[in-house]
Amino acid sequence: MTISLKVEFLGGLDVISKKVREHKVKIPFEEGEATMKEAIEWICQNIIAEEKDIEVFIEDETVRPGILVLINDTDWELEDKEDYVLQNGDVLTFTSTLHGG
Amino acid sequence: MSTPKPVKVSALCELCHGRKAVMKRPKNLQKLCKECFYHVFETEIHNTIVANSLFAPGDRVAIGASGGKDSTVLASILKTLNERYNYGVELVLLSIDEGIKGYRDDSLATVKRNQVQYDMPLEIVSYKDLYSWTMDEIVSCAGIRSSCTYCGVLRRQALDRGAAKLGINHVVTGHNADDMAETVLMNLLRGDVARLGKSCEISTQSEGSPFKRTKPFKYTYQKEIVLYAHYKKLDYFSTECTYAPEAFRGTARELLKALEAIRPSCIMDIIYSGEQFCVAPKPKRATPKYKNAKKIQNGDNDNEQEINGDGSVSLKKKLESATDGHRCEKCGYLTMNRICKACVLLAGLEASRPKVTIDNNVAVDGAAKLSKTLEQLSF
Repeated sequence: MTISLKVEFLGGLDVISKKVREHKVKIPFEEGEATMKEAIEWICQNIIAEEKDIEVFIEDETVRPGILVLINDTDWELEDKEDYVLQNGDVLTFTSTLHGG
Repeated sequence: MSTPKPVKVSALCELCHGRKAVMKRPKNLQKLCKECFYHVFETEIHNTIVANSLFAPGDRVAIGASGGKDSTVLASILKTLNERYNYGVELVLLSIDEGIKGYRDDSLATVKRNQVQYDMPLEIVSYKDLYSWTMDEIVSCAGIRSSCTYCGVLRRQALDRGAAKLGINHVVTGHNADDMAETVLMNLLRGDVARLGKSCEISTQSEGSPFKRTKPFKYTYQKEIVLYAHYKKLDYFSTECTYAPEAFRGTARELLKALEAIRPSCIMDIIYSGEQFCVAPKPKRATPKYKNAKKIQNGDNDNEQEINGDGSVSLKKKLESATDGHRCEKCGYLTMNRICKACVLLAGLEASRPKVTIDNNVAVDGAAKLSKTLEQLSF
């Protein structure tokens, strides 16, 4: 009844999750019934440490522009973005491109 | 993960048509696999370098290295391209230690690892050595709000001075297309005409200055730099500076990111617009006669410097150089004014320094400083 995921916050984005870069999580959905949209909502409620940090991650109900999203190392723009159907073992990588270089 | 899924034709790389695409290029929305992305990314930067003749064989080039993503990718890719295309340049890492605990000390550790990974010499110049102030001290003295102003002015000089120490007159920096577009927007929004004309040049060099700055990533998207670093597993540092991030740049950045989400090519379009701006030359002011007189009086040193810098010297040139290519009377650094901005800022700081350092600084700054401080005491 759960889907196992690995969620990564890179490029300085770990500030929103108590400086933890890698999270191995199980989200309470049946495989095939949950999309990235559900995963993002779940992340906001369960991984992001403080409520004020949600806006660092989310804008207009999706991931803020400037944060690069990879699903299994593939640009989510090639995977239907929010509509991607999650599978067991998926790796979701969120990388901030906004930090100084 | 164990059973490989069949890949749809539409999910294949649009260049090799053989491997699964992993990224979509913001520039032209092309879908590419990792291998083709590496090839296209590296080749475009090579083309930028060649088209603008950034390097000549035998050049010694300092890479302004902060340990962040841009400069780390720059170091990696310049090493790759130098070997692949035989540029024949000698690459050196040049880092600035602003003296910010919990930020720069960690990022310098990254640069030190890069030094080993890329087999390049590393030079670190510190604010403390150059100016006898660390950023931490400056912030405790001048407050956090102006930290970026101080840091920016001091860093610019520090890079030149670091390069001079290495005997190098060419510094490359990791400024990317997003940075360029942001700068164009910022200069437009605040009506900074003086900067607008120059903000898009790939190579900048003040008149009379021996130091050239170039930006090989001028046309390179931030997204691709981050992806390249991620896929190549490059070792970079990504923590925001402890002091307030630059507020105005932040605004321009958010605007740009929102625009990019709608139409990714807008970054290129803004740079292109920036390149096309023609700024009308300033009308000549009628007053500077007395300034010129003053300059000729104490101008002996300047004249010698001008000969060194330019090779040819004419009388007219000398007068023109009063606006650009003049040297600071205090430290000798190139400036548009009598005293350079760094010296002005530092003088302001020195005025309020005793409060902070009178206890432990006597031995360092010596008797002159102490007597100066004592003079101000009243009972």
